[in-house]
Amino acid sequence: MTLTSPNPNLAEPAIPGWQRTLRKLLQPVILLGPSGLWLLLLLVFPTLLILELSLIPGARLGNPPGPYGIGNYIEIFKPVYLQVIWRSLYFALGTTLFCLLLGFPVAYWIALKAPSRWRNLLLVGFILPLWTSSLLRAYAWITILRPSGLLNSLLGFFGLPGQEWLNRTPAVFIGMTYSYLPYMVLILYASLEKLDRRLLEAASDLGATQQQSFWRVTVPQTMPGIAAGGLLVLIATLGDFAVPELLGGASSMTVSRLIYNQFLGATRNWGLGSSISMILILGVSISIALLLKYGDRDAI
Amino acid sequence: MNSAPAKPKLPFSWQGMLTALMYAFMYVPILVLGFYSFNDSRFSSTWGGFSLRWYDSLFNDGRILSALGDSLKVALIAVGLSAILGTMMAVGLAKYSFPGKGLYLGISYLPLIVPDIAVAVATLVFLASVSVPLSLWTIIAAHIVFCLAYIAVVVSTRLAGLNPSLEEAALDLGANPFQAFMKVLLPELTPAILSGCLLAFVLSMDDLLISSFTAGGGANTLPMEIFSRVRTGVKPDINALSVLLILFSGALAFLSEYIRFKSAQRQLGQ
Repeated sequence: MTLTSPNPNLAEPAIPGWQRTLRKLLQPVILLGPSGLWLLLLLVFPTLLILELSLIPGARLGNPPGPYGIGNYIEIFKPVYLQVIWRSLYFALGTTLFCLLLGFPVAYWIALKAPSRWRNLLLVGFILPLWTSSLLRAYAWITILRPSGLLNSLLGFFGLPGQEWLNRTPAVFIGMTYSYLPYMVLILYASLEKLDRRLLEAASDLGATQQQSFWRVTVPQTMPGIAAGGLLVLIATLGDFAVPELLGGASSMTVSRLIYNQFLGATRNWGLGSSISMILILGVSISIALLLKYGDRDAI
Repeated sequence: MNSAPAKPKLPFSWQGMLTALMYAFMYVPILVLGFYSFNDSRFSSTWGGFSLRWYDSLFNDGRILSALGDSLKVALIAVGLSAILGTMMAVGLAKYSFPGKGLYLGISYLPLIVPDIAVAVATLVFLASVSVPLSLWTIIAAHIVFCLAYIAVVVSTRLAGLNPSLEEAALDLGANPFQAFMKVLLPELTPAILSGCLLAFVLSMDDLLISSFTAGGGANTLPMEIFSRVRTGVKPDINALSVLLILFSGALAFLSEYIRFKSAQRQLGQ
């Protein structure tokens, strides 16, 4: 409020007191009202509608609203749907692990080993592909992984057996890791860059090997960054649609596609779709809660 | 993790090698697309000679061009309106404290967190329940939700690093709050607003799910068109499109970094 209370004698000599009070009350409403209204109308209210729909068993477009019940949530426990949920979790956790394993050395090298004046450029260079269309990045992997694609041409050239990865799990992991690795590197870099190098020097002065000081100093110090990067990639991959859809084929249906089908596909069971959507939101919320508790907030 | 502790420093550590490999991992797919876009041969991954025929067929493809037009309309209008709304929101949140501010702040972060599919179905159900016919405008309305949230976050970050006494000084010197905002605060925020807009623009141009659910029959954005084409296999004209879009987003990325660089210089200069 400090900015809105100027010296009355100098600033607004002609305005009576009640008007100034009114203006003080109106300013926040004018600044925050439109966006707040928009978010309420097109985000909060619709999400509450989904919550309501999820509690109406068998709700469909045009159906008269039936009685409330938890039938939609019970239906999720059918093996067909559980399998899709487990697969989504498997893709998300696996991708997170791959991103951590591949991203940590990259972030470590850029933050601690690269010449300092090149660091920003190197980092920007690594996350540059994020600016391109995510669909086209997934599509690029189709051209590489398809049976007559670049990978198999190369493998054939070296006399190795061809791989049928497209439309299978390996393609999903490659595509998702490719999509989310830059985020992981960005967050880990922010965490590693803050690392107190004097601790590493002290460790080496005291006779620690590089391996020891890495596991006893670097990793514990960057744990919040690792948690932040891991959880953010997990959240993003849980809801991913395009990569599993384009690279995984029919056998790789994920939660996103399952929800999609209940609304735009052939099944059209809005109630079931809503309950799965609420479960997805719940999963993401749990990750967010963990992120706020354990994650490095500065790095996000 | 380093298995060679006592050795003198090598010019290339294994981390350096792996990093180089990961850079290759990031760029090879993009280069492959570029390479194939000039390939005369349609099916095989073998080189059939240099050709611009895919670019030619792209520029004569009415569906792609109209989808590009729709995407640009959505992104430009949504980002333009969000720039105003998001900036106002960020300034309001920085200046005022009020009951329920925590809730407001939490809601403003939701579009960054909630998965696209959940937002998409919720918006569809809402629009159906109030009987709004789906069109290009419903896509725009839905895009404003996440565009304004991203712009507000970027602007808020800049506001947090700003010296509040500048605006106070303007007010003390007789400027009214509107003048103080336009002449003092806004110029300081412009780089952040521009970076936020670029980010929101890229996200809007890239959105598949929210657009698919709010488009109805009439509108068709570029990601929707690309998605429906590439799911049925490799299309050489999509390679050509990729190259053009990648060059365009490369230019945007450069612009964004340039704005950031300039604004960092300004901050140092103060």
